[in-house]
Amino acid sequence: MIDTLDKRMSAQDVVAELRDGMTIGIGGWATRRKPMALVREIIRSDLKDLTIAAFGGPDVGMLCAAGKVRKLIFPFVSMDQIPLEPYFRKARQSGAIEVLELDEGQFQLGLRAAAMQIPFLPTRIGIGTDLLNQSGFDFKTVKSPYSDAEELVAVPALELDAALIHAQKSDQKGNLLVTSPDPMFDEIFARAARKTYALVEQVVSTEELNMRENSRYAIVERARITGVVEAPYGAHPTSADPAYQLDLPHLKEYAASAKSEDGWGAYHAKYIADGEKSYVDSVGGAAAIEALNKPTY
Amino acid sequence: MSDNQATLSDLVILACAQAFRDDGEVMATGIGPIPRLGTAVAKKLWNPALQTTDGECYYGDEPVAPGDRVDVIEGYANYRRIFDALWGGRRHAMVGPVQIDRYGQANISVIGDHDRPKVAMLGARGFPGNSVYHPNSFFVPDHNARVFVEGEVDFVCMAGYNPDRYLNGKPPKDLDLRLIVTNLCVMDFGCPDHQIRVISLHPGVTFDEVQENTGFELGRIGKDIPQTPVPTEDELDLIARLDPHNVRHGILKDNPPVRTPG
Repeated sequence: MIDTLDKRMSAQDVVAELRDGMTIGIGGWATRRKPMALVREIIRSDLKDLTIAAFGGPDVGMLCAAGKVRKLIFPFVSMDQIPLEPYFRKARQSGAIEVLELDEGQFQLGLRAAAMQIPFLPTRIGIGTDLLNQSGFDFKTVKSPYSDAEELVAVPALELDAALIHAQKSDQKGNLLVTSPDPMFDEIFARAARKTYALVEQVVSTEELNMRENSRYAIVERARITGVVEAPYGAHPTSADPAYQLDLPHLKEYAASAKSEDGWGAYHAKYIADGEKSYVDSVGGAAAIEALNKPTY
Repeated sequence: MSDNQATLSDLVILACAQAFRDDGEVMATGIGPIPRLGTAVAKKLWNPALQTTDGECYYGDEPVAPGDRVDVIEGYANYRRIFDALWGGRRHAMVGPVQIDRYGQANISVIGDHDRPKVAMLGARGFPGNSVYHPNSFFVPDHNARVFVEGEVDFVCMAGYNPDRYLNGKPPKDLDLRLIVTNLCVMDFGCPDHQIRVISLHPGVTFDEVQENTGFELGRIGKDIPQTPVPTEDELDLIARLDPHNVRHGILKDNPPVRTPG
């Protein structure tokens, strides 16, 4: 008798599988469904020199503040309601990180190319812009082999050593449900990565996933999921709509911390240093998180 | 007489709406409250076929007021589908550049050097793709020479009519820059070689004032430049209904009243 497939692991287990210098994709978008409990675990670890690829929000800002980022592949870093991410800005303006800045569409195409195991995808995106002239990458163009002979930008495959994503529910085998109104691009992060770790609000039985009703919210087949980490409220301070919304007061406090000398140190001491067990209490408790107002966009 | 007094924000919303008037059935995206209200006014006054979103992931049956949620949803506009749609070209966006130059090249990424910027902002977002796939217009709430820069913008996020950056001597296939609405005037790219020209001046603004606040030479639609239309009472009522929380009044400096048509 073989034991049932069980991919449950702890956040520490995930971080133990990551290595210095890896390219790590982080799912979600700005302040929506960021796998923050995994991000915080990376911050608590000795990992360094990471290349981070993300539609960036406070995940990227915090990793920059903690000195974990060697290179950032990004189309933006923003906290939406707080448009400018202060620790990302500090890292950029001090020259602390290398960057490959991509258009949002190019970023997807790069992940798709990796997912399809091809070296690039052609696009018009980037033509006429300075994306093609940045020092961090030598973009090439390709000519259509057909009669149009159009010259197109070759977006390189963004191969990820690991992807970190968030889901509302999974079973222990790694079948995921993302029930937020917009699942963003987490599916193609998972397809572009050698290993994908999903931070989930709740691990339930396969039967309880009720896939007959919910399979349209199952973003990717479980063969792409390496591990599931159960962490209620693990996306906080970003949102996991409809379960809970982004914590704007917390994000404002985080953003304001960047204004003071060693503000990051104070934020880290208050919310991160003591570990995930005390995190939810440190930000006001489960009831306070569930009571957060839904923002408008 | 209506009790309503048109303000500069009402006038620029109506001017923004003109950009979408003849678009037909496309996705109209206004980034920021004033362009977004412009899409709403265009949809209600002239072009009911426009599709507008709640800025999150749904198309609304009716335009969604800034600060409100969609009431009746008419479709799904998650990010992945937004890109699939825009790559097909049926979209017109009005965006807010931090810098824009004589070619219409726009920047929201960095001020200064890209490797170590003086000011890091958002990043290029979807500007590069937007600029080569569908029409784009611009809204600038504070018209000055730091926005309308001399030379080129510091980091070109959005392609413009700059032959030096064309591939093989041809402009990007679907490059189509339309209107620039500011707190002083409305401009387009209608002079020879797509030179930017002033097509209307807001009440009390002179061409010289616009030129002094612009880092490059502007054309003009003619010797006499028309005045930007001041909203009628009906239009003011519509704008007020579309913005019940009066978000529009907090965008422009001082938001002065403008003369109603007399």
